[in-house]
Amino acid sequence: MILVFADQSEGQIKKQSLEAMSYGAATAAQMGTTAEAVVLGTADAAALAVLGNYGAAKVHHVPAASYDNFDASAYTNALANLAKELGATVIVLSQTTSGKAIGPRLSARLKAGLVAGAVALPDTTNGFVVKKSVFSGKAFAHVKVNTDIKIVSLNPNAYGKIPADGAATVAIHDIPFAGSGITVKSVNKVKGTVPLSEAELVVSGGRGLKGPENWHLIENLAEAIGAATACSRPVADAHWRPHHEHVGQTGGAIAPNLYIAVGISGAIQHLAGVNRSKTIVVINKDAEAPFFKAADYGIVGDAFEVLPKLTDAIKQMKAGA
Amino acid sequence: MKILVCISKTPDTTAKIEFTDNGTKFNEAGVQFIVNPYDEWYALVRALELKEAGKASHVSLITVAGADADPIIRKALAIGGDDAIRVNLNSSDPYSVASQIAKAAADGNYDLVLTGKETIDYNGSSIGGMVAELLNRPYVSLATALDAEGGKLSVNREIEGGEEAGELSIPAVISCQKGMAEQRIPNMKGIMGARTKPLQVIEPESSTPLTEIVRFEMPPAKAGVKLVSADDPAELVRLLHQEAKVI
Repeated sequence: MILVFADQSEGQIKKQSLEAMSYGAATAAQMGTTAEAVVLGTADAAALAVLGNYGAAKVHHVPAASYDNFDASAYTNALANLAKELGATVIVLSQTTSGKAIGPRLSARLKAGLVAGAVALPDTTNGFVVKKSVFSGKAFAHVKVNTDIKIVSLNPNAYGKIPADGAATVAIHDIPFAGSGITVKSVNKVKGTVPLSEAELVVSGGRGLKGPENWHLIENLAEAIGAATACSRPVADAHWRPHHEHVGQTGGAIAPNLYIAVGISGAIQHLAGVNRSKTIVVINKDAEAPFFKAADYGIVGDAFEVLPKLTDAIKQMKAGA
Repeated sequence: MKILVCISKTPDTTAKIEFTDNGTKFNEAGVQFIVNPYDEWYALVRALELKEAGKASHVSLITVAGADADPIIRKALAIGGDDAIRVNLNSSDPYSVASQIAKAAADGNYDLVLTGKETIDYNGSSIGGMVAELLNRPYVSLATALDAEGGKLSVNREIEGGEEAGELSIPAVISCQKGMAEQRIPNMKGIMGARTKPLQVIEPESSTPLTEIVRFEMPPAKAGVKLVSADDPAELVRLLHQEAKVI
C-alpha cells in the first residue's frame, strides 16, 4: 500500500498534496496496489472527499485539533505509526516547507530511504529508482532506494494533479500528539495571495524596473493573466519588494508553468531558483542579457513600453476567448 | 552552549555540471569547490555571532568527506570557529552522512547543531532533520532568525506562505537560510590562524546506506529562445496561448 501525506491548511487539502496524491495513485497502479491518504488535524468530510477525486482509495484521518499547528516531531510520529500499522511500502509527501521538515525525520525513524525532490514516477523495473533534481536544477540524479519502505518527497509542480474517478472511505485514528517542545509564538502569513511555491504562473521583476514606484507594471500584467509576483535578489535587498517574493538561489526556488522575467539579467544564482519553470519568457532591453539563453520566448525591448502593450494584448485575448 | 556547524564541500555555483563514466560520476576536472553557501553564510556566521555575543562557548565545524575536503574546511575555519572534525567518509547517501554527524554531536556534547537549508549539489534539505531524529531532538527547519538566552532559543522559520516565530530549549537542531546572518569575508588574520586550528580526522561508524545514486542525467537542451518583436506583444500572447499552452 502507498501512503500519501496530505497536508491541510485551514481545513483545506493543499494543492501540492493533491499532486502528491495523484503521484501516489499512479505509483500504486504501477505496482499493483492501492494509494491511501493521511490527513492530520481538523478537516471536514468535503475536504477529505477531495482526496478520493485524486485517486485515494481510503483516507486515514487523525482529527485531533492539536495537529492544526505544524510540528515536525508529532507529524513524523503519526505518519510512522500509521505506516507501520497499515503496512505501507511507499510513503509520498511533497517537498514543501512541511515536507522538508518531516521527510528526513521519517526516513531516520523508519530507516527508510528518502528521495527528496523527486520529479518523475519511480522506475520499478529493477528495484525502486526515482529521478530527482540536483545541482540546483542543472541536472537530475536517479536514486535507488534499498530499503523495504521507500519515501518519496515530490517537488511541487513536477507531476501535476490528475483527477480520477473515485470515492474514498474515511477511517478515523486517534494518535497522541508527540510534540517536540517548540512553542509557537506567532504566525505571520501573507493574506489573500497565492503562495509563490503554489503559483502556476509567475511574473517577476528585476532592477530593470528602476524602482518600486513602477511595480504596478508587473502587478497589472500578473493580474491580467492571474499570476503571482516575484522579484530578483537586488530588488528584495533594496527593499523595493518584500523578501518572501525573492526567487533565486538564496531566496525561494520555484517551478511554475510560466515564468515571465522582466528587467532581470539572469545571473546564474537567479537561474538556480527558476530554471525548473516549464516555460520561461524574458523581457529585457539588453539583447546580450544571459537570461535569453535560458528562455523559451523573449522580447528585446524597454519594459516600460512592452509591459503595458503586453498586458493589453492579454486582456484582449481573454476577452475574445 | 556548544555549537556544531555542519559544513559541506560543494561545486561553485557557477561551475559547469558534467558527468563522466556513462553518467555515473560528476566530472570534477576544472571545477572550483567552495563551502556550501548556506552552511557558510548563515549557519557558520550566526554561530560565530552567538559566540561573540557571549551566548555560545565553543563553535566546532564538522564535515563528512574525504581528505579532498580539508582545504574547504580550512576555508571555513578562516571565517571562524574553534576547531573542526572531518569524518573520513565519502557518501552521497544523506542518512549515512547524518548518522556520522549525530554520533559526533552526541560524543562531543554539542547543545546545538546548525546546518544550511540544503547543499547546492544534492539539494535534499535532509541532513538536519535526520540528525534531529537520530538524536531525538527538536528540529527547526528553514530558520531565518536565531537567538539564544540561557538555554532558551528563539527562532523564526519559514512556513508555507509566511513566517512563524517559536521558542524551544536546547539541545536542538536548526537548518539555516537567508535572513539569519550576513556573509563574512575572511581576513588575513583568519586565514593565517585557520592553518593551525585543530582539525581532527575520525574514522566513520559503520552505517548501511539507505539510498544510492545509480546515474546522473542532464536536462534536454533548450531549443533556443524564440524572439518576438517589441512592437508585437500580441504575437507573444498567441505563442503562450497556442504553442506553449500556458495561458
